[in-house]
Parts: sequence; C-alpha cells; structure tokens
Amino acid sequence: MAYSQPHPRLSLLSNSSVSSMEHFSPTTSSTRFSLPSSAPTTLGANKPPLSRPNIYDRNLAKPRVSDVSGAAFSFLFSEIVQYTQKRVSGINDLERRLNTLGYRIGTRVLELMVWRVESSSKAPKREIRLLPSLMSIHTQVWRAVFGKPADAIEKSVENADEYMIIDNDPPIERHISVPKDMSQLSCSSFTAGIVEAVLDGLGFPARVTAHSTPTAQFPSRTTILIKLEKSVLEREELLKQ
Amino acid sequence: MAIFGLWVINKAGGLVYHRNFADGLAQLTSNEYLVLAGTLHGIHAITSRLSPMGSSSGAQVIEGESFKMTILLTATGTKFVLLTSLADSTAEATLQKVYETYSDAVMKNPFHTPEMPIRSEAFDVRIAALIGSGQG
Repeated sequence: MAYSQPHPRLSLLSNSSVSSMEHFSPTTSSTRFSLPSSAPTTLGANKPPLSRPNIYDRNLAKPRVSDVSGAAFSFLFSEIVQYTQKRVSGINDLERRLNTLGYRIGTRVLELMVWRVESSSKAPKREIRLLPSLMSIHTQVWRAVFGKPADAIEKSVENADEYMIIDNDPPIERHISVPKDMSQLSCSSFTAGIVEAVLDGLGFPARVTAHSTPTAQFPSRTTILIKLEKSVLEREELLKQ
Repeated sequence: MAIFGLWVINKAGGLVYHRNFADGLAQLTSNEYLVLAGTLHGIHAITSRLSPMGSSSGAQVIEGESFKMTILLTATGTKFVLLTSLADSTAEATLQKVYETYSDAVMKNPFHTPEMPIRSEAFDVRIAALIGSGQG
C-alpha cells in the first residue's frame, strides 16, 4: 500500500521528539516531488555540522516535551491533509490514509512509551490484559503524544467488543474547520491510527475509527471508537479463569 | 465606541471576508462590498506612492464624518480593514488580534485555499468572540 508522506520541504520541522515523526530524507522522495536533480546529491553531502546534538544521539529517557511549536505542527498537519486530499477518491479513503499515517507513528510511540515507563521500574512487566491496556492508552499514550491524558474512556453498552476514548478538544484538530459537505470527516483518524498501532503492538488487534460527537460545551469533541476482534475477547475469557 | 464592520482583502484586491457588527452604516449588497473592497485596494496602493518622505506603506486610517477605517497591511499583502466609529481608539489592537485569529483559524485549516473567500466556521466563531456585537 502506498503511504502518503509529509512533504519533504516540511521534513525540517519534524526534527523533534514530541510526536516522533520520521525524518524523511529528500533523496528518497525526490522522484515524487520533482526536486532539481542537483538537490539530492548536495543536500546530504554538504550539510554543515550542527551545533546541537543529533536527535538520534539524544538520551531516550529524558524527553523534552516542549520541543515543537503547536503552530509548526498545525501547518505540517494541514499540509498532510491537503496532500492526501488531492490523492484520494472519497472521505473514507482520506480517513483510511490518515489512519495509516497515524499507524506509523503509533508503533514508535508504543516502543518509546513502554521503554520509558518500564525501564525505570524494578520489575518491568508487559500489559496482557485488556482493561489495563486500554487504561494505559487512555493516559500514557495521550500524555506522550499530546501532553495530557484523554478526557474519558467508556465501554459500549450495545456491543461487548466496543470501547470509546473521548477527547474534548483534540489538539491536532484545533485549527481545522471541516466544510459542511464533508461533515463526516474526522481528521482525528490520525489519532485513531496511533491508537490502532499501539493496540496491535500490545497484541489486541482492533479496528479503530474516529467520529466527531460535538456537544454544546465542546464543539470539537471527538470519540475514538475501538472495535476489538473476536480473538481478543475469547482470549480475555480464557485468561479470566 | 462601536465597531461597524470587518473586511479582509487578499493581496490581489479581492474581498475574502466581510462581516457587519453594530448598526450604523448603510446596508450594501455583496456585490457592492466587492466593488468597494477593490477600490480601497487601489486607493491603498496609490497612497503608498504619494508619501513625501520616501517609501511608505499606504493609508492606515481614513476618517469620514461618522466613521473611520483602520487598515492593517500584513507582510504578505493581505489587508484587514476595520470600520469603527470615530471615538474608537482600540482599532489597531483589535486588528492585530484579528490577524492572529486569521493565521490560526484560516491559514492552518487544510480545507481553506489561500486567497479564496473564507468559509471557516472556526474563524466566524472566534471573530464573534473577539468583537462581540461591536458595542463598547
């Protein structure tokens, strides 16, 4: 599946640790974005040595949460959405692509988050039960990515395999107003992708989607709907005994 | 001390946003707003050449008998025009805040095409919160 990538011009902005976006090199994407042919050879070779340490050499255990400005990320995300919009056939496809992008971030968030939380404790352990994993997504993933825990987590009454995480004011959507003819679209599909990757990594395959459920108090309230696969529920039943 | 209206003019001279707040000015059709905005854009360009001191930015305040117009020209060529009563002294500060709101709600919105008319609910809501009904 072809993944949409953020525009290489903006890859400089991703050089930070908040959402741990990949640093795409201009050489790999030059075929798509028709950079002048001299650019790939000179950009990599003649880069002056940075006075700051390389992000890859930085200590993993000390996150600097205040690295990226919210405005910079908003512009990057806005460009991601515009770029994806030009290449899709409909709203569902757009949501799916944003989901895929979020997925790639989620796998890295899971690794980093688990490493940071467990490496400092005396008895590191892995979450294998469903409810504690969902709780850890609700607090730790949100804290790692957005800086604050999500607002609510709920279990659906109708279906036993559905859970919902609610965010009253998703930071990535703060400056986005969806036009009326696309009112079904939720750009939080990006966040849904992050959650889906974390669940997959922990061993709970699920389908995760984002739906906007505005209330009078919070007009941009979004619900992340997690629909777990049957195998997860069966396993939980077995483990309960 | 009333704010009558807000216009946002893109760098080509086309009106991308207009909104009325307090009553006090004649009601115009949307076509007339477009024409007036284009004229103002032209006048602004002419006044930038008329300065006796060398280069200047163009008219910033135009006063009439019952209202005045404060124009903020941004570095990108977008003009924010605030129509207020003569007694209003906060027009420039308000325009700065409108500019901030514009860069937040409009520029970061992926569904907005630059230089096109602004159809953003977030922008409307925030401007309403900022200016209110235009009184006081």
